[in-house]
Amino acid sequence: MLDRLPREVIAMRVARELKDGNVVNLGLGIPSLCSQYVPDGRTIFYHSESGVLNYGPMAEEGEEDDDLINASGQFLQPIAGMSFFHSADAFAMIRGGHIDVTVLGALQVSERGDLSNWMLPSRGIGNVGGAMDLAAGAKRVIVAMEHTGRNGDPKIVSECTFPLTGPRCVSLIVTDIAVISVEKEGLVLRETAPGWEPREIQNETEPELILADDIKEIAL
Amino acid sequence: MKKVYASFDEAVSDIFDGAVVMVSGFGGTGGTAQNLLLALRNHGAKDLTIVSNTAGLATLLGFGTLPGQTAIDVGTLIDNDQVIKVIASYPVSPSPSKINSFESYFRKGKMELELVPQGTLVERIRAGGAGIPAFFTPTGAGTQLSEGKEAREFDGRQHILEHALKSDFALVKGYKADTLGNLTYRGTSQNFGAVMVRSTGVSIVEVDQVVDVGEIDPHLVHTPALFVDRIVTL
Repeated sequence: MLDRLPREVIAMRVARELKDGNVVNLGLGIPSLCSQYVPDGRTIFYHSESGVLNYGPMAEEGEEDDDLINASGQFLQPIAGMSFFHSADAFAMIRGGHIDVTVLGALQVSERGDLSNWMLPSRGIGNVGGAMDLAAGAKRVIVAMEHTGRNGDPKIVSECTFPLTGPRCVSLIVTDIAVISVEKEGLVLRETAPGWEPREIQNETEPELILADDIKEIAL
Repeated sequence: MKKVYASFDEAVSDIFDGAVVMVSGFGGTGGTAQNLLLALRNHGAKDLTIVSNTAGLATLLGFGTLPGQTAIDVGTLIDNDQVIKVIASYPVSPSPSKINSFESYFRKGKMELELVPQGTLVERIRAGGAGIPAFFTPTGAGTQLSEGKEAREFDGRQHILEHALKSDFALVKGYKADTLGNLTYRGTSQNFGAVMVRSTGVSIVEVDQVVDVGEIDPHLVHTPALFVDRIVTL
């Protein structure tokens, strides 16, 4: 059995995609871990749907303030350089193309970069939250997720069978076994987890992967 | 014209059965008018349609709620059987194994849901207060939330038509108000409230402090007084 990268390492690989000065919105789950692993020397401005730009670390225990939360309901530290705004502005920033990168979790991503991440059909009800706005409005959508579901089903599929969050919005997929970019000609396998052969990654992926000329091992 | 009300009960006393009520807050206790919600529960108006980001996450999960604090939110009204419809972006628990009262009513067929992407929800509310009856947005185009909506292409991209949202009442949490109704908020607690006060028949604002006119620097007013009908504080 080949090793799969832990969630923290997926986040670490995604963090390399965040460039100095980027305005970034991180979704729930693995994406929320990315801020811990941004390479030194890069300043990132984090945006949250709750109405804050340029937030920093979480509040220390005993110093929580319920007027200072991120979109996950976590309490933030007050830091110099933050700004607060109402939800119409928070989403004007998203929809208006002012967010450079969003990192989102996914239930499924299709060959064309369609994203499904808001509802499990078996539950019959779900939370859309800000995901559709981010999918439609962020300049770049990166998906951070496990490559397959708990039962081993591929999450990278030819067509999403779960309800869509947004069509053709994902540009990069970082999983526990691979880094795959979404291109006009299809999905391009660019990086593999240590010990994984492209053929083994293909076995866990529904659509045909195109192998990059310079395919390499995931570096952190 | 007196805007400062003596009690939370008095401030909500004319909310009628079947009213559409907007409720501020992102999901946690900050920005949620908890005392007004308690007063509305005690008042007992029924068959309400609630417009809110969530349908009871703080009461269920302690989302955005300080340790040791008991939250009051939309779930409090739903528990008391006062709500028939919710318009929200994040109505249920993220975990299917934790069911809030909204979801249990919904599963029994006793609750209607209009699920709206968060940015579309707040923009519909903003439009309602700004004299814009409808607008095209890219959010949700090509998804099941666009079904039945007019679509049009702008700049080579699909957009869908969304309509303005208004209400009879809005229950909003502010930080400081002067007696004229000029209002400020704290931190991330502006969220929906600062927009809901603009698109409602009667805006009712719970604040931490009421101060004399002149005590809020006009440069720092978040919501100008004309959007505020009633002010109440503990």
